[in-house]
Amino acid sequence: MADNTHKLAIFRGLLKFRSNQQKIWGVLIFLSIVTTIEVILGIVKPQILMIPFMRVKLLNWIFIVLTLVKAYYIAWDFMHIRDEKSGLQNAIVLPLIILIPYLIFIILHEGNYIFDVMQEGFVSWNF
Amino acid sequence: MDLTTKEYSEDESLWGGAKQPFKVTYGKMMMWFFIVSDALTFSGFLVAYSFSRFKNIDSWPIADEVFNHFPFLHGVDAPMYYVALMTFILIFSSVTMVLAVDAGHHMKQSKVAFYMLLTIIGGAIFVGSQAWEWKNFIKGEYGALETKGGQILQFINTDDKRVSLEDFASKLSTDRTTHKNSNGLWFRSEPTLSEITLSEVKDGFEKNKNLLIRTEKINSLGMKTILTRDESLAKIESATGIVQGANLIHNEYGNRLFADFFFFITGFHGFHVFSGVVINIIIFFNVLMGTYEKRGHYEMVEKVGLYWHFVDLVWVFVFTFFYLV
Repeated sequence: MADNTHKLAIFRGLLKFRSNQQKIWGVLIFLSIVTTIEVILGIVKPQILMIPFMRVKLLNWIFIVLTLVKAYYIAWDFMHIRDEKSGLQNAIVLPLIILIPYLIFIILHEGNYIFDVMQEGFVSWNF
Repeated sequence: MDLTTKEYSEDESLWGGAKQPFKVTYGKMMMWFFIVSDALTFSGFLVAYSFSRFKNIDSWPIADEVFNHFPFLHGVDAPMYYVALMTFILIFSSVTMVLAVDAGHHMKQSKVAFYMLLTIIGGAIFVGSQAWEWKNFIKGEYGALETKGGQILQFINTDDKRVSLEDFASKLSTDRTTHKNSNGLWFRSEPTLSEITLSEVKDGFEKNKNLLIRTEKINSLGMKTILTRDESLAKIESATGIVQGANLIHNEYGNRLFADFFFFITGFHGFHVFSGVVINIIIFFNVLMGTYEKRGHYEMVEKVGLYWHFVDLVWVFVFTFFYLV
């Protein structure tokens, strides 16, 4: 494979690289920036972001979104999903984005329910 | 009629074999499907972790207090810095891997070997760091008491600083001998006795008036609840034993499940990194021997590259859910 088989634009074409190597370094810089933001937020923990939203703190939502962003760029540019045919892209990504949110939904719902039962039940868990 | 014949012949060429619908080789596609299934395995683990966390949402350990070590900075409270460093090391080794793949596309043997070597070094540093992290976690720092209900009681002084059990436990002279299975029933034995006994801790706590107990419960500010001196004196009576460090049964940092999931998930990930390093070493030697030069393509490097990036991808999630959230 030569260089012209790689799609060299990221951020929906906002940033175009001249070669695949350049793109790799560009993505590394982007991932490093995102990780640095995460670490700074994790250490500072701004009080404004401590408000719960759907039972999870706003700060934690930010972490989850940034993680998904990082995962996207690792898969798309380091694992070259961007260069695969859309059939293969879907075969890889669709099972994950259908099954994992479903699993998260049912299991966390159950966890929440058990928390409520332990909280309001007549059994003492701390004796 | 012409049309149908044409359609038929087209079908023939599609189903006759030697066509790659996804334009990837068999090996690469199977690596992808393995990664998909492994990703589902890891999501199962992480969701199980989240389940236990949601179940104990008001008493889960705070990660910043658990993982606050940095090499050569002993006793300095450095939450997150070390894992952040580990994350950067793994992302960087991912970059060297993708550079090796790129060099492979251009058939540059020595460059592939060089980048593979860097990747192996990065992976080895990461595994080593994880081992160090485990060591700190297992050894523990302050020690705590465990109550009948399995809750953890930690000690702080009036300046809100954690106090280790050794610092205040009084020295009572008692004769303690470990029960060995040679001294009685052959199947009964007990683990090595700890340096401090529960009664020594209790006695020391009563004598040191500036000490308070911190419970597992998280208050409305997201901090662990601190009992008053009177409450603390009452609470310490419910303690049944002392805990130092963490293992699969006891955990001085809080909920036992936290330690179990920590060992299991980071252990499973660490094993992936370890096997990735081993596979990388094998491929590295193949590159050196010119196996892929003879074969005419470096697709094998691409395949291990996919696995290696996947390991990095999983770490991104483990990092978020164990250390950040």
